[in-house]
Amino acid sequence: MSTETKGIWKVIGASSVGTLIEWYDFYIFGSLATIISEKFFPSANPTASFLATLATFAAGFIVRPFGALVFGRLGDIIGRKHTFLVTLVIMGLSTFLIGCIPSYENFHLAPAVVLVLRLLQGLALGGEYGGAATYVAEHSPEHRRGFYTSWIQTTATLGLFVSLAVIITTQKLLKPADFNDWGWRLPFLLSIVLVLVSVVIRMKMKESPLFSSLKAEGKTSVNPLKESFGHKLNLKMVLLALFGATMGQGVVWYTGQFYAQTFMLKTCNIESTQANTWIGIALLMATPFFVFFGWLSDKIGRKWIMLLGMLLAVICYRPIFNSMHSLSDMSNKKIIDENGKVNVTPNKKIAGDSIVTLTINDKFEDGSSRVTTTQYSKREHELNKLSTQVPAPYQPKVTKILTLADDYAWKFIALIFVLVLFVTMVYGPIAAFLVELFPTKIRYTSMSLPYHIGNGVFGGLVPFIGILIVELSKTDKNPVGHPLAGLWYPMGVAAVCFIIGAVYLSNKKPKHE
Amino acid sequence: MNSIKKYLGAVWMLLGPAAIAFLIWQASLKLASPKATMDEWLQWCIIIFIFTPVAIGMVIFGWYAWNNEYNHIEDESES
Repeated sequence: MSTETKGIWKVIGASSVGTLIEWYDFYIFGSLATIISEKFFPSANPTASFLATLATFAAGFIVRPFGALVFGRLGDIIGRKHTFLVTLVIMGLSTFLIGCIPSYENFHLAPAVVLVLRLLQGLALGGEYGGAATYVAEHSPEHRRGFYTSWIQTTATLGLFVSLAVIITTQKLLKPADFNDWGWRLPFLLSIVLVLVSVVIRMKMKESPLFSSLKAEGKTSVNPLKESFGHKLNLKMVLLALFGATMGQGVVWYTGQFYAQTFMLKTCNIESTQANTWIGIALLMATPFFVFFGWLSDKIGRKWIMLLGMLLAVICYRPIFNSMHSLSDMSNKKIIDENGKVNVTPNKKIAGDSIVTLTINDKFEDGSSRVTTTQYSKREHELNKLSTQVPAPYQPKVTKILTLADDYAWKFIALIFVLVLFVTMVYGPIAAFLVELFPTKIRYTSMSLPYHIGNGVFGGLVPFIGILIVELSKTDKNPVGHPLAGLWYPMGVAAVCFIIGAVYLSNKKPKHE
Repeated sequence: MNSIKKYLGAVWMLLGPAAIAFLIWQASLKLASPKATMDEWLQWCIIIFIFTPVAIGMVIFGWYAWNNEYNHIEDESES
């Protein structure tokens, strides 16, 4: 292995580990959304509570474009290396502190503090990715940029995989009550160790050679924001990058990785460890394809690989999600064993009242099982017995947890694998594509903004808007709404992006003066 | 191809405001209900606030396309 090749792998290693940790930090909040909602966002209505967490989740994404502007500007003025060191430290500290905040019961300012820390996470992530992608690309030979930057692209998926692995391991090592009480904090606290290791590795790295020579010649940008967005020549490329590439890439990515998870947990009611394990396996199997499509983009160009990924997503989303829904639909399966129990406990919030919990365990002929828990306040139930229109807060809280038989595992894994394969097509070549679209002196700023609007705004809001569209599809005849309605948003965005990309994008590298 | 780019530019110029109008219409339907909660108000305000500048960007993109700014992308590229 030549010194140059060794050097590039060192650069990729240092950049990727840090970016992976940043993704890990960002994802554990999303993966633990339900428990965070219970601890920090108390509400009588569980859906409202869940949406409050999702709103916080979205807030994390919404500030990402601002992070892109703040740190992109810094990166184009003072350099890539120091800027993405700062973002790493901000991310690590914010994550660690979320794990330290007492729950709402003991600390009433907890929701506000968690929100601020989540915003800081978003800000840091907004600055990290552009820096890492630019740093690796500027170390790579031009004809291998797609291949080398694709390693950075794997970190987003591997970060999710590591976050799921840490959460599942913690859940398996602890009793459910302990995990619910304090164990959920461990994945957050672990972050500080990972970040310290990564900071030490990154401190040893040198500045990007292209930026260093630009700086030595005194040709760095004085005002990267103005040059990126104030000049028509560059602004038109920023807009093209957003509407012809990152917008579609963002929705395909978040639908494949996050909406699929929300769909399995909330719509299909699949038990969380089972769903997360299947997602984890599919992610691991699909990850090498990021590198494959990055490599392929060096050979045949970036454009059509990304656009084909979007087109396939538009065509295949409904059949894939419909298959997941059908596989977990128990209405046509025979119950072979059913038992139930009733538990009555005093209501801690209202003196003299009781909480009634009815638990029904169903076993199905195919080996699957389902636990249905119905919980209500005895007093409220009595008060509303005569009313036909029971207001939402007094309706019994019903939760269903479905554990599917092992026979279903590979069917689900295959479906999720296909979803992630689309992600690898759109995401594998995108770093090289964005880096090549802009000149070195304003690259960090120019590529970060469309990337984070595409991923943060369009992509990050996929689960949120998906749930809202399902809500809109509810009618008196169909009170639960259409389970696949949420897919219209990513399919619509990806379709528009495909058309724009196909008509306006070039499959060749842009020339820069 | 250049005329397709140009005339699609008009579509993008219309799509931006149309998307925002659709969002505002959906928000008004949802929020007009007496059951609407503060959470729903917040969610819709965030969505409209975030998508408005993006829609303006779409109009500018359409304007550039209409003015043939993207006609020479291939010429400005190298193999």
